[in-house]
Amino acid sequence: MLVHTRKGRWTAWAVFAALFVPLFALPLLVIAVASFSTNWSGAFPSGPTTGHYAAATRGESLAALSVSLQTAVGASVLALVVGTWAALSASSLGRGGRRVLDALFMLPVAVPSVVVGLAVLVAYSQPPVLLNGTRWIVIIAHTVLVTAFAYQSVSAALTRLDPAYEQAAASLGARPWYVLWRVKVPLLLPSLTAAAGLCFALSMGELSATMMLYPPDWMPLPVQIFAATDRGSLFTGSALAVVLMVTTLLVLLAVSRIRTKASYR
Amino acid sequence: MSGAGAGTSTSAAAGTGTGAATNAAAGTGTGTGAATNAAAGTSTGTGTGAATNAAAGTGTGAATNAAAGTGTGTSTDKRKTATAGGIRFDEVTVTYGTQTVLDTFDLTVEPGEVMALLGPSGSGKTTALRAVAGFVRPASGRVWLGDRDVTDLPPYARGVGMVVQQYALFPHMRVADNVAFGLKARGTPRGEAASRVGEALEMTGMSAYARRYPRELSGGQQQRVAIARALAIRPGVLLLDEPLSALDARLRSGMLAELARLHRELPEVTVLYVTHDQVEALTLADRIAVMDSARIQGVGTPHELYRAPRDTFTASFVGNANLLPVTAASGTVRFGDIPLRVASPLPDGASATLCVRPHRVALGDTGPNVLRGTVTSVQWRGATHRVVVDVDGHEVLADCPELATPPAVGRPVAVSFAEEDGALIHD
Repeated sequence: MLVHTRKGRWTAWAVFAALFVPLFALPLLVIAVASFSTNWSGAFPSGPTTGHYAAATRGESLAALSVSLQTAVGASVLALVVGTWAALSASSLGRGGRRVLDALFMLPVAVPSVVVGLAVLVAYSQPPVLLNGTRWIVIIAHTVLVTAFAYQSVSAALTRLDPAYEQAAASLGARPWYVLWRVKVPLLLPSLTAAAGLCFALSMGELSATMMLYPPDWMPLPVQIFAATDRGSLFTGSALAVVLMVTTLLVLLAVSRIRTKASYR
Repeated sequence: MSGAGAGTSTSAAAGTGTGAATNAAAGTGTGTGAATNAAAGTSTGTGTGAATNAAAGTGTGAATNAAAGTGTGTSTDKRKTATAGGIRFDEVTVTYGTQTVLDTFDLTVEPGEVMALLGPSGSGKTTALRAVAGFVRPASGRVWLGDRDVTDLPPYARGVGMVVQQYALFPHMRVADNVAFGLKARGTPRGEAASRVGEALEMTGMSAYARRYPRELSGGQQQRVAIARALAIRPGVLLLDEPLSALDARLRSGMLAELARLHRELPEVTVLYVTHDQVEALTLADRIAVMDSARIQGVGTPHELYRAPRDTFTASFVGNANLLPVTAASGTVRFGDIPLRVASPLPDGASATLCVRPHRVALGDTGPNVLRGTVTSVQWRGATHRVVVDVDGHEVLADCPELATPPAVGRPVAVSFAEEDGALIHD
């Protein structure tokens, strides 16, 4: 333990609370409270209602939630496949090739997501690949943005994976594909589920690139929230935000409950 | 394991023609034509109808035990088990970047032989083993398994069993699935795979643990499973890379006896055993190759290397050694001014090193070769006392059975050794 005295520990907790509560907890709490209010002009809100939630869970809003979920699942699965593939390739390359791949997959993180959005928009607005105006352009942009995280997480797990497993399997006569499916993927499963959760959460909250790309029939929830607050409907926006937050957390919880045999290692 | 009996045939192996074949050890077949696949060649049976595991017999009606022959007399095993022959390194050189980790390595391991590669860490012994397994590619030279040049074959096509220090059991599979892994990967029929898994687990005494996960086993048990897993594919060659290093001392000697027993049961399996522990090498190996600095320093039977080492590195690495610089003089040698009675074929004036094992050195001036010096330290080691004596600036060790009154440090003392206990190493 870093702090030994009782007094020191209390101080540490106090500092933590002083930083954590206003920075992290309070804003979320305010949103949660606002989502149940109709008016907030004084220190405390007034006019308790559940009407915003009724609106947030039907019609256009429900459709937006569904769009967000589909986009996030699609982008996460694609990112996981591409990221895992790239990480496996990188681990078999020499140090030089690995660095190049690492840098390439860092690009979407380093480049502002608005730029990624614009780049995707410009790239796919002309034939031969004309995706502008379809849902696919949103899913592609999300995939580009989250693949970096899938790649890094799987890549880190691969470097930790003892090559002895792979070699033992090979010496027993298993071909590379068999080794991949029966040994490597099962052993990487804890990292793969963690990566999937991360990609999902990032995609659920993505706004800036989406803003530049979404077609009218494919409006994800963050865009809806932005539109609501832009109109001045702060309380409706809060309710939508809470729905987005709870849905994302529930999915993350479900993903983290996926127990794999390898996680008992 | 099934016992041998004339006219009987067990599940995995199929006897054909006139012969009877049993699928595993027990080399006590008595009937005519009876052969046990393990004790190939040593069976008392006649050649016809004999079935051997790895080396498919050349007799008529031969069946390999992997193939559940149905009286057709031909092997149906997909895998070529032609690895029954030994291992041959033909001037194998392995480099990592600019560093040479194995330098023109030449070694032949005879079929059925246990060869230990003994050396300090970094001596290249594990690299040699990995070159056989296919995990390192030689910069030059060829690796042969029997009559197959496997240098360019991928690891999965080599058919060698391998056991490593950290076991590398698949943590997400039960023991039985671990052992079955190689068989499944090779597409062995399910029924046959099950019987072979049972056999391998029985051979290593792990049958009761088939449903456990590796994490539920102790280190020694995990090591047995790793050995069972390697043996289940019936390799002609078994590679053991420091297999006992992760075990504690007591378990280690138990597993050592176990490995020796396994090789008695499977005498046709060629074993390459990498270790830095001279006791393991001396106990288990038919021959030892002592390695240092990417090269072989000496090869020979444990007895040869211990009794008559050819170089100082081998002398000091295989057992302890007193190494005394001597010069040849009229059929014998001199250590400084002291004449020593040791048979010397060297020309007069030639310099050499005399190797005397510490436990062959006794306190007192009774022997024919007497050295006088002062005691610099005395260590009690339970059953023995190690007395370190300074003789003209050279340290001489004497391992004596526990002494009632060990000599005091600083006292003058005489030590002696017999003529036949001195081995000359030519410089």
